[in-house]
Amino acid sequence: MSLGKTEVEYISRLAAIAVEENEVDQVAAKLSNILDLFKQMEAADTEGVDPMAHPLDQVQRLRADVVTEVDQHEKLQSIAPSAENGLYLVPQVIE
Amino acid sequence: MSWEVVIGLEIHAQLTTNTKIFSGSSIAYGAEPNTQACPIDVGMPGMLPVLNEAVIGKSVMLGLALNAEIGRKSVFDRKNYFYPDLPKGYQTSQFNYPIVGKGTLEIEVDGVKKTIGVTRAHLEEDAGKSIHGAVPGQTGIDLNRAGTPLLEIVSEPDLSSAKEAVAYARKMHELVQYLGICDGNMQEGSFRVDSNVSVRRPGEPLGTRAELKNINSFRFIEKAIEFEIERQIELLESGGQVVQETRLYDSENDVTRSMRTKEEANDYRYFPCPDLLPVVITEETIEAISASMPELPDAKRARYVADFGLSDYDAGVLTGSRDMAEFFESVVEKTGGKDIKLCANWMITGFSGALNKDGLSVKDAPVTADMMAGMLNRISDNTISGKIAKQVFDAMWNGEGSADEIIESKGLKQITDTGAIEALVDEVLANNPSQVEAYKGGQEKMLGYFVGQIMKASGGQANPGQVNQILKAKLSD
Amino acid sequence: MHNLTIKQMSEKLHAGEITSVQLTQHYLDRISKYDAELNAYVTVTPELAIAMAEEADKMLASGEAGLLTGIPVAHKDIFCTDGVKTSCSSKMLDNFIAPYDAHVVTQLKKAGMPILGKTNMDEFAMGSSSESSYYGPTKNPWDHKAVPGGSSGGAAAVIAAGLAPMATGTDTGGSIRQPASFCGITGIKPTYGSVSRFGIVAYASSFDQAGPMTRSAEDSAWMLNAMAGFDERDSTSLQREAVDYAADLGQSLKGLKVGVPAEYFGEGLDADVEAVVRNAIAEVEKLGAEVVEVHLPNKDLAVPSYYVLAPAEASSNLSRFDGVRFGYRCENPKDLQDLYKRSRSEGFGAEVKRRIMVGAYALSAGYYDAYYLKAQKLRRMVRDDFTKAFESCDVIMGPVAPTPAFNIGEKTDDPTSMYLADLYTIPVNLAGLPGISVPAGFVNDRPVGLHIVGPYFSETKLLNIAHQYQQVTDWHTRMPAQYQ
Repeated sequence: MSLGKTEVEYISRLAAIAVEENEVDQVAAKLSNILDLFKQMEAADTEGVDPMAHPLDQVQRLRADVVTEVDQHEKLQSIAPSAENGLYLVPQVIE
Repeated sequence: MSWEVVIGLEIHAQLTTNTKIFSGSSIAYGAEPNTQACPIDVGMPGMLPVLNEAVIGKSVMLGLALNAEIGRKSVFDRKNYFYPDLPKGYQTSQFNYPIVGKGTLEIEVDGVKKTIGVTRAHLEEDAGKSIHGAVPGQTGIDLNRAGTPLLEIVSEPDLSSAKEAVAYARKMHELVQYLGICDGNMQEGSFRVDSNVSVRRPGEPLGTRAELKNINSFRFIEKAIEFEIERQIELLESGGQVVQETRLYDSENDVTRSMRTKEEANDYRYFPCPDLLPVVITEETIEAISASMPELPDAKRARYVADFGLSDYDAGVLTGSRDMAEFFESVVEKTGGKDIKLCANWMITGFSGALNKDGLSVKDAPVTADMMAGMLNRISDNTISGKIAKQVFDAMWNGEGSADEIIESKGLKQITDTGAIEALVDEVLANNPSQVEAYKGGQEKMLGYFVGQIMKASGGQANPGQVNQILKAKLSD
Repeated sequence: MHNLTIKQMSEKLHAGEITSVQLTQHYLDRISKYDAELNAYVTVTPELAIAMAEEADKMLASGEAGLLTGIPVAHKDIFCTDGVKTSCSSKMLDNFIAPYDAHVVTQLKKAGMPILGKTNMDEFAMGSSSESSYYGPTKNPWDHKAVPGGSSGGAAAVIAAGLAPMATGTDTGGSIRQPASFCGITGIKPTYGSVSRFGIVAYASSFDQAGPMTRSAEDSAWMLNAMAGFDERDSTSLQREAVDYAADLGQSLKGLKVGVPAEYFGEGLDADVEAVVRNAIAEVEKLGAEVVEVHLPNKDLAVPSYYVLAPAEASSNLSRFDGVRFGYRCENPKDLQDLYKRSRSEGFGAEVKRRIMVGAYALSAGYYDAYYLKAQKLRRMVRDDFTKAFESCDVIMGPVAPTPAFNIGEKTDDPTSMYLADLYTIPVNLAGLPGISVPAGFVNDRPVGLHIVGPYFSETKLLNIAHQYQQVTDWHTRMPAQYQ
């Protein structure tokens, strides 16, 4: 399977990863190679097989509804790229 | 040719837990930005979710109240998209296997009952908040709300008018509060209603829908839907087409407006969250939750009418909220159920009226069920009359003590001593010879005048029954 | 000192013959001497190491010490360490100092193990050669032209070169076992859920599993005792009674049924590697084991299945690296989309971007059933193959990788050829089974490992088999000449 420019742009948007104009062909080629690998799955007969999401058949454990966390926003925001007045900052989003 | 209106509602009910759905952070409203956002909520590397047990019981409770299928094995999925208030780049939600499946809710509009289908209710985490304008040219992100547990309740498109939609939303609002699973506070966003509205010609396939979001009162929801129906019909009748989009309601101008964001088609790439395992709910769990369910509003109303002999209207007022109903039932119990109608009347006129006047909720009322019952018991045993009771109630409301204390300190005890009443009667008759003459001349309505004078002279404390009896005896002498 | 076994080190520390400070300093000196060339550490923490060693010496003096107290450890740079950079060998996290410890780090701190530093790896654990690191490739101590394997290549290299006595690793598709094989050390990936994932930067959550990387199986058993155990902060952590992973060391292998899958010795396997592996199996036979043939018919479906599922999970797991709350942010973003796209494009390396994009594609509308769902079904078929095989044997033996360590740069231009080389390790991760790589010989002076895979929770058995094998062989004690 061979990906074209449209698909690469679509994937770039889904993944929020910029792909420069001059990289498109190379990215398309490498991704297409990987998709060729996926093709090997096609022939396998999976009729009646349940999808497996986890290796072990465990069920979700539950946590008591008790507050265990304390305020540590100053510590957490000390490593933030941009924060002010307790808020994380991003370029203005127009709503 | 007529138009048919098709409305479906998506209601987000914030569950009344102490902590977030996947972390031990508090969900208390109104905290300073990001002070209730732990590394899990902030989506920091290596952080993992663990499910809050409280959300399970609350969801199952709603499911049982809606006679819905309970998802015996529900699965959390990831809904992937990028937005600054979504710290992990995905929202953990339930897609294919929700915790609550198909159910129903009965509504009543203008005396007509209708059963509305509930498609599903699923658990999910709330996003954070974007704050515009706090820092110039920047958007600030507060993640306190991120991870707050929500139950999204999705209705079938069974609603065919704005009135029905609001009746359904109100009914659900009442239900979640009765169940104690959501505080119902619409201003704080604890109960959010999104409406999907479309119109079509009868028999035609469903029309394109618009979604009305972020409306925080039932009145505005009704107006917004009404406007939207009109807008769509006018648009279609003039040859236009409805665009599938999200619209916001402008209450000042009573119109809905397109959000006008360049919305690209979403591709959320749902897949089962590998950090969480399937949630299994056993028969024993369901039975235990079922046993702990409070009586639901419809059942309560029916019981008040059948067992207490109350009118539909009174039963409706008294079951208006779970707190009100519990207060009432407590008063009935503490008065030994001797005079339920008296209890009901005092709840509706006295108690409810005072709440409305002061804008208080039942929980904040200065008069407790004990105090209320104490006063009603004094009416029943003739210590005070109904009229004096009003004075006692007002004093209790003002914090002057219990009924007994107030009766005592203000000397409001009813006069039942025959001799004392006779003296009062004699005094009034002696002071009003011409009126006595008139009465004896056949003007029987003068009786009321004498009673009024006697009660006045007693400071309202004479027992009215005794006054009548003695008065009549004296006048017939 | 670096030639001692962990048991010997522990005895000397407890007897007061050496101190933890001396032992730790010895390793720090070796790191200063050798690591500039080897590039196995991303971060070295000498002050922290010595301070922790001093604490360990106090524990030893007061009699509160455990078996591992005072023995230093190197953490793969994927384990979050409070106050020390955790980069995942990525530019994205080059400035990231976690305000918390991973569960494993907490456990080993409690055990009194000084931290020497953080080891190099493939960026975000995506790779089989440690070449995708932002900090440059780690060299194989046996041959500086060769890769150490990956993604835990730095960890394997520091053990092989004697720059740490013990190291932590993670294994998502072979990332402990393959570098262990390439560097001639012992590494075990436990049953999924045995070791908490809390604080480990996630690559593919339903596969990721941490484990020890050491010289011998005995060392690994001791270290796994400290690493494993229930942690309420990880929903997939198994609630089991505490296991003593060293309990079975010393059991005889008489009557052990070793399954040898025909499919693991077919096309693509280097003949010399095959010879090494077959010799090792013959050695185990001499110890009383019986060899039976088993079949894993869906082996070839494992690689494509894994390379759909792991990138799909990764595409979502790595969405949190968006330049907003931590990590790399591009210069002067002009708007939000620009912030996302450039921060991620500039912060991630080529292989990471490739896997995120492939994963997003596999989950996207129209491809979900054909790729993601199909791969999940194959995952079950691969697991069922093992279940069936274990009906007729106790453990399975075979190669870890089809070749010994390849040269640096040899496969960087062809990602899929690198993926295909994971064919023996990946099925074990799909199933969530335990697997161990044990040094078994050399091909062209580069080490080769024996792969032993068992049913769920058979770690004690795997460790004992490896231990018994190491009683009659000395591959695990050999060191590259220049590091001796």
